[in-house]
Amino acid sequence: MALSESEPREPRGSHELHGPYASHEPYDVAVIGAGSAGLAGAVTAAELGLSVALVDSSTQVGGQFYRTPEPVLGAVRPEALHHDWAAFAGLRTRQRATSGITHLAGHHVWTVARQGDDLWAVHAVTGADGAGERPVCVRARAILIATGAYERQLPFPGWTLPGVVGAGGAQAMLKSGLVLPGRRVVVAGSGPLLLAVASSLAAAGARIPAVVEATGYLRYARHGRALATNPHKLLEAVVHGSALLRHRVPLRTRSAVTEVHGDERVEAVTVSRLDAEWRPVPGTGRRIACDALAVGHGLAPQIDLAVGLGCATRATADGASALVLDRLQETSVPGVWAAGETGGVGGAQLARTEGELAAYAVAARLGRRTPSIQSAHVARLRRRRDRMRSFADAMAQAHAPGPGWPEWLAEDTDVCRCEEVTAGTIREAVADLGARDARTVKLLTRAGMGWCQGRMCGAAVACLAAGADGEVEPPAERRPFAVPVPLGTLAGLEPGEPVEPVEPVGSPVSQEPPEKPAGPDR
Amino acid sequence: MARTPAELVGAQPGPPFEITMDGRTVTALPGQSVAAALWGAGIVAWRTTRVGGRPRGAFCGIGQCYDCLATINSEPNRRACLVPARPGDTVTTQEGHGRGALGV
Repeated sequence: MALSESEPREPRGSHELHGPYASHEPYDVAVIGAGSAGLAGAVTAAELGLSVALVDSSTQVGGQFYRTPEPVLGAVRPEALHHDWAAFAGLRTRQRATSGITHLAGHHVWTVARQGDDLWAVHAVTGADGAGERPVCVRARAILIATGAYERQLPFPGWTLPGVVGAGGAQAMLKSGLVLPGRRVVVAGSGPLLLAVASSLAAAGARIPAVVEATGYLRYARHGRALATNPHKLLEAVVHGSALLRHRVPLRTRSAVTEVHGDERVEAVTVSRLDAEWRPVPGTGRRIACDALAVGHGLAPQIDLAVGLGCATRATADGASALVLDRLQETSVPGVWAAGETGGVGGAQLARTEGELAAYAVAARLGRRTPSIQSAHVARLRRRRDRMRSFADAMAQAHAPGPGWPEWLAEDTDVCRCEEVTAGTIREAVADLGARDARTVKLLTRAGMGWCQGRMCGAAVACLAAGADGEVEPPAERRPFAVPVPLGTLAGLEPGEPVEPVEPVGSPVSQEPPEKPAGPDR
Repeated sequence: MARTPAELVGAQPGPPFEITMDGRTVTALPGQSVAAALWGAGIVAWRTTRVGGRPRGAFCGIGQCYDCLATINSEPNRRACLVPARPGDTVTTQEGHGRGALGV
């Protein structure tokens, strides 16, 4: 893999720091994630005079939203696959103009640990898929977590067949690899991402027999104020909507794919009408021929690194966990800030605003001579952030999964893809063995215990564990190892080096007390 | 209207090269991941599961779901959606945990 030029040239122990890592060690701030939030935060912090380590798993900045083909693919018009490209191009120009950012590409962060009162250690493995077995530790006085989100999935019969792919996954493979999962692709699930995915796939040559959305867009109407104060979001919807019209893509609302047909790969799907609680209406199933299905039910904040540090979380309106943040983006753990989807999914524009805001807050905390956080500019950023946050909350409410979705499941439907645990097995653990929460279900059935650590099945298992009438507890997103780490890497850590989560020393805005960090359970 | 993703973005890639999937020749473009090269050849499965022996391929596309694990150049459990394709790569369907030779 073509790592950035800041890649070290020789293997090193995690405490030997020289070469590019050493030049600014410890950095003023380590920004984890180089998507919209992280890039905006890193650029702003560098412009304010801070030394910045921008740590990211990908080879190029942009995160998932601004994923671009590798330069050798020679894309002359990458912007053809993107909305609001100018904003990203602007950030990249600013990144190139500053010398304060050390971009550590191809670095997969597996934990962040406190090293002292004002020092943090960011531990990463390197390589395209983290298999480079070259452990790296970056130290910084402040942490900005900008790790984005992953796609939330709800299972249904046949969803493990090859050709069923995440809607965001199809989009990501298209943006980076210039490929499609099939020729006739049904796009289904819930959330604003579906329209964007369908219009990109159609523009790239796929036939889209249907876009299937579980909610009715009329639910937006309940949040008139949030819509009226965020006209850019309406414009975005109009852009995607008109693209779908141009490609003659039919949109079916209040419907879901309730079964995928095929033996070795997708051959067709059944689309059923849903009632207000997302129960399939009997007798409404219609079969649609296709060779791929792109499916997703919104995004879930990727917060495992922050949870490992003891940062407080809150339940979002659509049943996910997000970080509790104060007015200047700081988590409940002093010295750790967060921006973008980690505080609740809200899109790229909100992420940029929050990244910038967090950078001002970090600079002020580190005592730099910068524009005061009382300045008019920061006040403007905060107002913009609040306005877009209210829209994000409205969207989350509108697309929250209805309580009736588990009726899509057959007893033999795999809920946990990694460990191949069926809905029937999970229901048995709940109904017969008394499990009431996802963790107990996991211990009884192995659901959520596989490679993905519950990212794909967590939302579903949480719903099933709560039973038909119980309160659904959002997935805890607690993963002591955010990515797989070779044993050799752990063995190479110096004895006594703290990699265990550290108790927070105070929580200025915690709405709920942070849970005690648990030990690894896998 | 563009008919392929490459036409849409006006791609002018470097010369294509070959990899193999279970012995079948697959053409890849420089800069594509192994998974992208396989999708480009219409291949969507390159793993069978440990319990049911069911076929799987790329699902999340961003390295989060681990469904796209493949044996690449004899090394199992590589995430095909992240690993860049290289000329001459030998990809084989990963059966189960991919370490059958260990007898465990």
